Amino acid sequence: MIAEALAGRRIAVTGSTGFLGTALVERLLRVVPDCELVLLVRPGRRRTVAQRAKREIFANDCFDRMRSDVATNGNGAKPFDDIVERRVQVIAGDVGTDGLGLDEADAAVLASCDIVIHSAATVSFDSPLDGAVEVNLLGPTRIAQTLTALGVRPHLVAVSTCYVAGSRRGSAPEIRVEDSPFWNDVDWRQEVTSARRLKADAEAESRRPEHLADFMKEARRELGAAGTPLLAEKTEQRRTAWVKDQLVAAGRARATSLGWPDAYAMTKALGERALGETRGDIPVSIVRPAIIESALAEPVPGWIRGFRMAEPVIISYARGLLKEFPGVPEGTVDVIPVDLVVGAICAVAARGPVNEDGSPDVTQVASGSANPLKYERLVELCQDWFKVHPLYDNKGQPIAAGEWGYTSRGGVERQLRRAVDLLSRADRAVHSLPLRGAQARWSSQLEERREMAERALTYVELYGAYSACEAIYGVDHLLELHDALDADDRRDFALDPRVIDWTRYVDEIHLPSVVKQARVRTDGSKGATEDRSTRLRRQVLSPSRHMAAFDLENTLIASNVVTSYAWLASRRLAPEDKVRLSLGLVREAPRLLALDRVDRSDFLRYFYRRYEGAPVDQIREDSVELMSDLILTKSFPAAIRRVREHRALGHRTVLITGALDFVVEPLRPLFDDIVCASMATENGRYTGMMHDAPPTGESRASALFEYAEAEDLDLREAVAYADSASDLPMLEVVGFPVAVNPETRLAAIARKRGWLVEEWQKASGGAASLLPLAGHRGPTRERP
Amino acid sequence: MPRPGFVLEVDGSTPPILFHHGEGFRLEKLPAGRSRVVYPGEPLEPIDDVDQAIEDALLHPLDTDPLPALLRPDMKLTICFDDVSLPLPPMKRPDIRQRVIEAVLDMAAAAGVDDVHLIAALALHRRMTESELRQAVGDRVYDAFEPKGLLYNHDAEDPDNLSFLGTTDKGEEVEINKRAAESDLIVYVNINLVAMDGGHKSTATGLASYRSLRHHHNVNVMRHSRSFMDRHSSELHHSNWRMGEVIRNAGVKIFQIETTLNNDTFGQDGPMSVLAKREWEWSTRDRAAFVGLQQGVKLLKPAARRKAFQTWRAPYGLTSVTAGAVDPVHERTLERCFEQHLVSVEGQTDILTMGLPYICPYNVNSIMNPILVMCLGLGYFFNMYRGKPLVREGGVLIMTHPTPWEFHPVHHPSYIDFFEQVLAETTDPLEMEQRYEKQFAEDEWYRHLYRTSYAYHGVHPFYMWYWGSHALEHLGRVIIVGGDPKAVRRLGFKPASTMADAFEMASDVVGAAPTITHLHNPPIVMADVT
Repeated sequence: MIAEALAGRRIAVTGSTGFLGTALVERLLRVVPDCELVLLVRPGRRRTVAQRAKREIFANDCFDRMRSDVATNGNGAKPFDDIVERRVQVIAGDVGTDGLGLDEADAAVLASCDIVIHSAATVSFDSPLDGAVEVNLLGPTRIAQTLTALGVRPHLVAVSTCYVAGSRRGSAPEIRVEDSPFWNDVDWRQEVTSARRLKADAEAESRRPEHLADFMKEARRELGAAGTPLLAEKTEQRRTAWVKDQLVAAGRARATSLGWPDAYAMTKALGERALGETRGDIPVSIVRPAIIESALAEPVPGWIRGFRMAEPVIISYARGLLKEFPGVPEGTVDVIPVDLVVGAICAVAARGPVNEDGSPDVTQVASGSANPLKYERLVELCQDWFKVHPLYDNKGQPIAAGEWGYTSRGGVERQLRRAVDLLSRADRAVHSLPLRGAQARWSSQLEERREMAERALTYVELYGAYSACEAIYGVDHLLELHDALDADDRRDFALDPRVIDWTRYVDEIHLPSVVKQARVRTDGSKGATEDRSTRLRRQVLSPSRHMAAFDLENTLIASNVVTSYAWLASRRLAPEDKVRLSLGLVREAPRLLALDRVDRSDFLRYFYRRYEGAPVDQIREDSVELMSDLILTKSFPAAIRRVREHRALGHRTVLITGALDFVVEPLRPLFDDIVCASMATENGRYTGMMHDAPPTGESRASALFEYAEAEDLDLREAVAYADSASDLPMLEVVGFPVAVNPETRLAAIARKRGWLVEEWQKASGGAASLLPLAGHRGPTRERP
Repeated sequence: MPRPGFVLEVDGSTPPILFHHGEGFRLEKLPAGRSRVVYPGEPLEPIDDVDQAIEDALLHPLDTDPLPALLRPDMKLTICFDDVSLPLPPMKRPDIRQRVIEAVLDMAAAAGVDDVHLIAALALHRRMTESELRQAVGDRVYDAFEPKGLLYNHDAEDPDNLSFLGTTDKGEEVEINKRAAESDLIVYVNINLVAMDGGHKSTATGLASYRSLRHHHNVNVMRHSRSFMDRHSSELHHSNWRMGEVIRNAGVKIFQIETTLNNDTFGQDGPMSVLAKREWEWSTRDRAAFVGLQQGVKLLKPAARRKAFQTWRAPYGLTSVTAGAVDPVHERTLERCFEQHLVSVEGQTDILTMGLPYICPYNVNSIMNPILVMCLGLGYFFNMYRGKPLVREGGVLIMTHPTPWEFHPVHHPSYIDFFEQVLAETTDPLEMEQRYEKQFAEDEWYRHLYRTSYAYHGVHPFYMWYWGSHALEHLGRVIIVGGDPKAVRRLGFKPASTMADAFEMASDVVGAAPTITHLHNPPIVMADVT
């Protein structure tokens, strides 16, 4: 019946890249073979709407079922793609813009639609106020107004949320928001104006010098001496993040002040109200789902997209990070599988508007009244499930999640906040230490734990707000819809929450799906992290890469310019002079370190002055011995092997280092090219002055850039290896950055961005000498 | 009169037996009634007047004119000498090479020879460092020749400095150092520590290139060298002798000077002397010295321990110096070698045990990495036989060595990659020879390190493995006691924590009451198995 009713219709869908939207598109394509779809997609920064649709909608595993169905029936090369090509039209538009940002052609396409299903929303429960207002509050209104302006009157089905009823107890029937006795009649236009004003204020505030100074300080703390361009970029990121935080806080405060759990529910409620006022002649139906979770049956049991609201909380418990559950055991958790929501939307669309004047009718899709799931039951089910299917820690040991208690929301928050505070303090302390390699990784684990705790805290704060919503959402209209369905519809468009067997749903469908989505360890074998490194390494060593650039110090060898200098300077010295030299360097060390921390190339310029007057011939001769005595002794064999692997694959290998040419000369056979510092000479002696700016920091990035340009290589296909945050510019310009024995900051950055991290060590057993001085006295004679 | 080596049958009264264990030692009780220990002979009486002996040899060579008669002013003379891999451990200064070279140089000077080069005949070994060259040839020779560029290491990868001399009747290419090949006379100064050294191998191997070496340094040849310590049953030597003939036919004249040393490895007194004594003869002082040695070693950190052992210089005595034509000289040398090393042993055994010491030919002043552990055990020690192997076919070899996962980054770079890449894939010598040898041998980076740094040639770890290929084929199981389990497994062997565990593990292969033979080496002993 539904399929017939929708056959031959043109249906526009907004929000099709989202969880609900994707499921909706899939169902319509699969079960209503004769309808056409128009998808309104926001143009991405890098991708066109067609690319976005392909990547973010049709590539999803949601369509796997349909893909295999048509593949067995059809005989074309790519039957699924053909269907999409034939039945789906993607238009560029944005519900956050007046007029939806449509061009004329796309507007005409929209105008040709019989039904518009609006499911676009910022569902994130901590969205900033301005964003929520633009999309959730004004979105439906903009659609109605655009349709009116186009002179058409399709049926508009607007997806909202049950939580528009606000934080309260008692029953919440399927009536318009303004008809509720609890409705607080705020002026939605005033809310829009104020939100925009708040945004402008926050933007202005964030640019005040004292804030900017803070942002710069934070950027430097995170990146270290990464060079001006990167620090500027990071500072700007910090500023925008700050503005967002301000607006998130503003949204939450305004929502709570009006009795809604958060800005999402508030803006959705005001959006319904605004739509009622501004819809003109457009007939409107409103569908309000509760908390949408993984699919009960369609397209496959357990299908879910993205990491949704309840999952982080569940995973946090399973990981033993949380011990208590916010809320009361008797409370109802109103979860509804996504496929039931899709069924309800399709049924509403097929049925058409209820009211003759087109004024909004409301259908709620919730389980709380017809088939309630109590917190107690959910917690029990989760506990029992994780007893049988524990998560594993990174040592391959199962985590005993223990008994979960109940507490007030405040209790859990306090518990988590303490953990977050403790972890942040430890994190800061570790960050200020000069660590690298294994220790740095340890610090990044610490940071990871902190972030995990922080995330859990956020979710508890938000989710906790919902646990306080003890309203029971009426589903009379939904059940009426169900009663009107024939047998086929009940199979294809099931929408009745009474069919859910919660035990089966939680045990067999939802939790397995959540655990799979969360990519956590579910057995004691080598876990996901191991696999990821292997995968990244395979990418790095793929024959399609063009080039591999290497830093020298602490990437290939555990040594630096000071040790090379000390070795060269001491080679021909008598023992007592050697001691004097090393004492001098030790005395100078703090100053050198400080200089290096501020600006690497200034440090090099300053340090290399001491080569002034050194005889060129002698230094070149000694460099050959330096190679064996210092450089190879302190080298990382795995690093050298990696260079050679790249070469064997036909990649261009380049060494880019601030070290001096004569120091790296013996390494030349290892690389195709070497970009390094060099010094001017006069009368066979070094002047101590550099030829050019040494390749460090951002000039290393530009050296790499110029090199690639000159050699006609694509940096997106290049790999770069480096060890410190000051190498970030170089790492960022290539497609495949690799952090080698990263110091703390780079370790954190690499982990966040999912870069390959290599821990390379000196050959165990290599001679360890305390001071980098030449071991025995070198030759003092001339060769013939 | 020194006592010869002998075989001890272990009974209830036999004390625990000494096993070398890298830079350390173990005492192991061997099962009574079915175990025996092969002891080396005591050091032969050394020659008193070494200089006189050298002069006698040079003036009364075998099958050739006295050295002075071969020297003339306008000639090209090249003195080649064995490299740092001999002797083991290095000998107290003055090294015998220094004494021989000085004598040769004196005669050359007397004859007015100007054009003299000295070349360390190291084949694909690492270059010798300055201090190692000084140890071998002495400061006087070093200071007179090195600064003028007349004393240097052979470079098997210098295309401009190799001469192709022809091919043997078996198709083996002969390519050796050009300066040596073009000289009017090569004087080769050798140390024949074991029977494998010397003869035509000195020149045909020591001065050769990879192109030439690969004809006898390969799995097939090594599997047919039974053993490579027995020159007349060794395909390795047959090949070298064929090459020697090509060299001779090419007009290259060689004046071979071979020397043999006695078994005085650890001294007659001093901290290490106890190691050369038979356990039941240990005095109270010896026992105290041994406990002190063992405890002292334990106190040191690994690097310090290694350094302490590597500085040991053995007080060897010279037992012979023979000069002249290669073949007759070498036969006499072999006699002297066997006189010191050979011990008659009756019948093979089910289990062969050996304690591996801290040094082998390729880790002088370096680190004994796992591949060298394999080579020392399955290559050198296993092949210390004449007739048939000490252990029966399908028997078990048990070695003691800590086998740390450690490599010298400068000396053994290709070993590291061999261990990480090749051994991770296969321990079968034939397979690695086919799949990987060429790639390592012709690698530019290894070549660069061999030529300019102090690295063994890229192909060298393969040769180490080939050295053990006869043993690998022969043995049913190899167990290392006290080794790093991960490294031992990578070698394809079984790790055991104690000797008792090792015997238990061996019983799977050789049954519950196997016969056991312990090769009490070093000092060097070679079994004449009948």
